[in-house]
Amino acid sequence: MLSPEERAEIEAEFPHYPNRKAVCIDAMKIVQKRRGWVPDEALADIGELLGMSIADLDGVATFYNLIFRRPVGRHVIYVCDSVSCWIMGSDRQCGHLSERLGIQLGETTPDGRFTLIPIVCLGACDHAPVMMIDDDTHFDLTPARIDRILERYP
Amino acid sequence: MAAEKPLTLNMRPDGAALDRAAYERAGGYGALRKALKMSPAEIVEEVKASTLRGRGGAGFPTGLKWSFVPVNAPHPRYLVANADEMEPGTFKDRLLLERNPHLLIEGMAIAGYATGTDVGYIFLRGEYKLAAARIANALAEAYAAGYLGANILGSGYGMELRLHLSAGRYMCGEETGMLNALEGKRANPRAKPPFPPVSGLFGKPTTINNVETLCNVPPIVANGAAWFRGLSRGKDGGTKLYGASGKVNRPGIWELPMGTTIRELLEEHAGGMLDGFRFRGLLPGGASTDFLVEQHLDTPMDFTEVQKAGSRMGTGTMIVLDDKTCPVGMTWNLTHFFAQESCGWCTPCWSGLGWAERVLKAMEEGQGQPGDLEKLAFQTRFWAPGHTFCALAPGAAEPLQSALKYFREDFERHITEGRCPWR
Amino acid sequence: MATVYVDNQPYDMNAGQNLLHACLSQGMDLPYFCWHPAMGSVGACRQCAVKQFKDAEDKRGKLVMACMTPVAEGARISLRDPEAVEFRRAIVEGLMLNHPHDCPVCDEGSECHLQDMTVMTGHDYRRYRFEKRTFRNQYLGPFVNHEMNRCIQCYRCVRFYREYAGGNDLNAFALRNIVFFGREGDGVLESEFAGNLVEVCPTGVFTDATLKRHYTRKWDLQMAPSICVHCGLGCNTTAAERYGMLRRIINRYNGEVNGYFLCDRGRYGYEFVNSEARIRQPLLEGRPATPQAALEILRGLAPGQAIGIGSPRASLESNFALRQLVGPGHFYAGIPGSESRLLKLMLGILRDGPARTPSPRDIENCDAVLVLGEDVAATAPRMALSLRQSVRRQPMQTAERLHIPLWMDHAVREAVQDEKGPLFLATTNTTRIDDIATRAFRGSPDDIARLGFAVADALSGAGPGPALPTEIAAALKAARRPLVISGAGNRSQAIIQAAAAVAHALPGAALAFTAPECNSMGLTLMDAPSLEDALQAEADTLIILENDFYRRLPAPDIDRFLARFHRVIALDHLRTPTTAKAHVVLPAATFAEGDGTLVSSEGRAQRYFQVFVPAEPIRESWLWLGPWANLDEVNAALASALPQLAAATRAAPPATFRIAGAKIPREPHRYSGRTAMLANITVHEPKPPEDPDSALSFTMEGDFEGKPDQPPAALLPFFWAPGWNSIQSVNKFQEEIAGPLRHGDAGVRLIEVGRPSGTAAAGVPPGAPGESPAAGPNGRPTGEWLVVPLYHVFGSEELSRHAPAVAELAPAPYVALNPEDAAGFGPEVELFGARVPVKAAPDLPRGLAGVPAGIPPFAGLDLPAWSRISPPR
Ligand SMILES: Cc1cc2nc3c(=O)[nH]c(=O)nc-3n(C[C@H](O)[C@H](O)[C@H](O)COP(=O)(O)O)c2cc1C
Ligand code: SF4
Ligand code: FES
Repeated sequence: MLSPEERAEIEAEFPHYPNRKAVCIDAMKIVQKRRGWVPDEALADIGELLGMSIADLDGVATFYNLIFRRPVGRHVIYVCDSVSCWIMGSDRQCGHLSERLGIQLGETTPDGRFTLIPIVCLGACDHAPVMMIDDDTHFDLTPARIDRILERYP
Repeated sequence: MAAEKPLTLNMRPDGAALDRAAYERAGGYGALRKALKMSPAEIVEEVKASTLRGRGGAGFPTGLKWSFVPVNAPHPRYLVANADEMEPGTFKDRLLLERNPHLLIEGMAIAGYATGTDVGYIFLRGEYKLAAARIANALAEAYAAGYLGANILGSGYGMELRLHLSAGRYMCGEETGMLNALEGKRANPRAKPPFPPVSGLFGKPTTINNVETLCNVPPIVANGAAWFRGLSRGKDGGTKLYGASGKVNRPGIWELPMGTTIRELLEEHAGGMLDGFRFRGLLPGGASTDFLVEQHLDTPMDFTEVQKAGSRMGTGTMIVLDDKTCPVGMTWNLTHFFAQESCGWCTPCWSGLGWAERVLKAMEEGQGQPGDLEKLAFQTRFWAPGHTFCALAPGAAEPLQSALKYFREDFERHITEGRCPWR
Repeated sequence: MATVYVDNQPYDMNAGQNLLHACLSQGMDLPYFCWHPAMGSVGACRQCAVKQFKDAEDKRGKLVMACMTPVAEGARISLRDPEAVEFRRAIVEGLMLNHPHDCPVCDEGSECHLQDMTVMTGHDYRRYRFEKRTFRNQYLGPFVNHEMNRCIQCYRCVRFYREYAGGNDLNAFALRNIVFFGREGDGVLESEFAGNLVEVCPTGVFTDATLKRHYTRKWDLQMAPSICVHCGLGCNTTAAERYGMLRRIINRYNGEVNGYFLCDRGRYGYEFVNSEARIRQPLLEGRPATPQAALEILRGLAPGQAIGIGSPRASLESNFALRQLVGPGHFYAGIPGSESRLLKLMLGILRDGPARTPSPRDIENCDAVLVLGEDVAATAPRMALSLRQSVRRQPMQTAERLHIPLWMDHAVREAVQDEKGPLFLATTNTTRIDDIATRAFRGSPDDIARLGFAVADALSGAGPGPALPTEIAAALKAARRPLVISGAGNRSQAIIQAAAAVAHALPGAALAFTAPECNSMGLTLMDAPSLEDALQAEADTLIILENDFYRRLPAPDIDRFLARFHRVIALDHLRTPTTAKAHVVLPAATFAEGDGTLVSSEGRAQRYFQVFVPAEPIRESWLWLGPWANLDEVNAALASALPQLAAATRAAPPATFRIAGAKIPREPHRYSGRTAMLANITVHEPKPPEDPDSALSFTMEGDFEGKPDQPPAALLPFFWAPGWNSIQSVNKFQEEIAGPLRHGDAGVRLIEVGRPSGTAAAGVPPGAPGESPAAGPNGRPTGEWLVVPLYHVFGSEELSRHAPAVAELAPAPYVALNPEDAAGFGPEVELFGARVPVKAAPDLPRGLAGVPAGIPPFAGLDLPAWSRISPPR
């Protein structure tokens, strides 16, 4: 079931587009904002609201990389794996993160605190290597900085 | 507002966004007031005369693009600001979006008026959270002041402007993929023709411009085409946001006259290579441009000159390769990116990129085989413009084909030595 | 027409088309995957690349995708250009990277378009040395098997399923080189057109799940052109056999009828032929008997001793044979009067009225449609697929205004978005095409008729009327090619009259009626009295042709009727309640085991051909009943006895027809094992059976390859051309791609417009609102419900119910009530003596009760009928 807030927020998008289907990406993101991911039930409810089938929605959801169809940790760490960060040693920073958290890319820590995933260029190449945790971008990463930053995400 | 750096001059040094009041104090929205007193055709002519070329990478003349919307085209018409900026190594639009959002809004209002637009969208990549918040705020301010909405500044012209946050894919930056994304679909590109000005978003006439392109519009209208052309050192008018990343002393972003040479950018603005690193080459404007090397350093960075040197200016943000970084590894990283982001529509791209990536990975891991380089070279021809459905795969061909040309020995060493010499 | 130079040779090409379409029409071999003649171009696979030159001077040229490039006057292209050749080879290599190496065991092998194109492009050595991507397959229901590792990402499946056929439970997921085509999870594909995926998919991702259970390679199948027997539309099929078992049905292209697609009832209903319930030998009083004994009884009948009852699912020839045996005055049509009257009415309207009846293909080009009273999506499913195309006609004008060629499929869809042309549905309950309807009106059959008459009134300018009829009238009037569709589903004369009134009030309108069964129209053309009339007849013996009366009238009536005869003789394929009561039962050949002619709802007479000789003593009913030695003799007698059907006998050439002195083989060149098939029984090579009835042979001999004389394409048992082993080889047998078959599409139209447009039709009583024959809802007997039949794609039709895959999807009996009406009952009720669950049907008008048509225990009711509904005892 969509919560009343979710539903209201989705409906508030309707006037921004000439048809409801166009709202589907926003709708999935609205659910994800609250739940961390988009579970099957939510997909069915969104489908009903927008007049779309689950397959319609999942075809869209699986195309994009910021919509999660599986649960993620409380915090999602996106490490940039694109070229400028790579030149500046993102492999090593990523290795450090993996080691610190005890997980590989694509995995979630057993305590459900962090999910670690790669992301394409975050548009902060002048401060490479870069990562994003939830909504915050962190620049000029070094192992020591990474350790300090992680502490801020309980 | 006549200044040498119309895009960045008024940005606050503390990194905060220029709010409406400050923007207005610096002359902001004056261009919109002026534009609304002109006819749309006059604005299009002015922009044509300015020689402004699209800053999204392809350098298409902006005024000409606007004139493609047929005069009697149906409504609603749409205008979309391409703020997707997912090209690796590119970080110029983020600066404008975070620090000067009203400039984009004013540019869109003018572009909208010139093209008879009813609804505009700012298509922003989802990871740009700070920009999203600042644009949302600026939009509210602009609506409150009557710069947007049903009757802009009492002119009788109205345009709604919405912020759309992407769910993430490089393909969304391709303008027709973006239209599908805005329609809530998979962001596969569309066939052209028909071009978006004829049949675009929701089947209606649509104009699509890059953020930096649109931000150049208010200064052009305010100061005139001649002034704009005068800002440049070359044939293409205006200034350009240039950037550099990699092992340089001062990676960053600078607004400079169009046509500033690569050497000046690299040595003066980026402060040269970091101690202990030597320059080997660079991608002049993002991941989908050809490598340039030492011999090209005196090339002026504009659309025409970089093309003559065998590459493209692209987004104007350079990625520098040094001597301690493996060119094969770098090419693999780039090809991996394109393979990941292929939308899966056309065979040369989804299949060829996947294969090329595997070959490069094998090479980096010491599993390269004789014949691999020929195979890669063939792939780059396979992805030529027109062979694929959109420009993603042709973009992927550029760094790979030029790496094979300029760093051939490095590739060969990977195969003959059965390992990456940099590891 | 435009002159296009292909490798420096000038060709006349159709200027409206794309180069791929035009080159294929010229018979050239140009490989392709994503393009489909019925679905247009999207430019995804890049397989059809050719070199295009600016002018005669241009020697470099550039590669273009033929499917995305319009034919232009003076254009110069090359298929042989080395760069184009290499590019196409590289595309196939790219498609094959992840493709398994399992052709020898793959169920698509030997008729695989990917295999054909791989050979055509000359890709033979695999250079890819890495791991392939693998997928998990899904369970997609009883019809379609899923094997995703074979996928080449051409997007045809989703384009057909979603965009062409309107399904939404299949999609493309993810991106790059790992796109997955399937459902959101395991489950039965919802679309009744899902089976077309088997043919639309150029490789073996979607294959026929029923074939898989008794798998045979295409080259080992004995095939014949056939006609679908599962509704009245007359879709053309290819039926295929091996070892005496029918193995599958595939689409057989007919440019005027079904084009490239079938519905799943038509594709998968065939397994009734292999059913356990088949009657395989004559029975006398329940005991096996020799054919001679049975024949003696038939031959021994004195004139006037027997009456004969024909069947709308038996061929013209078999019905005629019975008619001759018993005498024309003793022959009855075997359909209830309620239906028979309707069919005669329809025939009269089509024959004498000004409105032309469209072919199913014509329907796709109609641009405003009113469907009056018939749930076509369930009773004539393929027609509903045509309607899905017709609603695109008007919006396509937007694309035309923007100069987008209509074959640029996605560009057209993007320009048009969700816009749909006018389609008005008036039915008793929801239908499977409600999603494309401009408006769906629900009412009782009388309400529907009243709506129809109101539309007709509005069209005749009767002044401002109620909103809906006015809206419908305006939409039909504004259309270039308006169409009215109705049918016998509700047994309402008023509805048929109303439909005719609407069509006749619209100059140039087309009028289509669906017919309940595969030869309903043919039987009607024979002009025999109804089943009820037979109930009154006096005779010693009753002969029943391929007809189960218990599906037509209430059981007590039939029981009484059958009991009156001294002897009941029944011919049929399957054991039915009717054959159970017969004293003599004769095994009748099915469509696959015999030859015959059927007349479709459009009035098109079409021949089906024997696919295989059934085990003795199964034979065609006409052979049991008549004195004739072969089909041509029956047809000669038929043509002279029934002049209105004379043209039907020309639906196929006579058995003496030869091409280059030879018959046309039913078996492909590579058909294997013919001489060894029975070696376990006898080592003597069996002589292939003779076929006295048609120009086809039961052999593989007969080679027309490259000869000047070619068999008419409509007569070919299978489509095959060198290098083209898949079903897409039909390209080589069309006059023009997606146009008529070479030497013409199959069939002869028996009904053409009688009167010039504009004159009112005779035989249509003036109908006015409220004057319809049955009592309106206000006249409803107290405490009773008007029970209406609700049709199901799977389950309502008699023969396909015996195919296990179809039976799996048939509904269990129920009674549907409007929720407000249902509130008065518990979860189960009693109706017509049966206890059934109540299903809430929000769209069903109050006062109506819907029961699934053709599904026991409701199969034999003559619906609609008034009835009480009571709580279960
Ligand atoms: C794969 C791909 C990604 C692209 N990404 C972007 C992008 O992120 N931002 C952008 O402005 N243009 C991008 N472009 C270019 C756009 O398609 C388009 O040319 C541009 O937005 C037009 O604006 P302009 O004329 O103002 O440059 C991309 C093109 C391709 C093929
Ligand atoms: S080149 Fe082809 S597969 Fe690649 S992104 Fe473009 S359309 Fe998609
Ligand atoms: S058939 Fe032309 S691109 Fe697929």
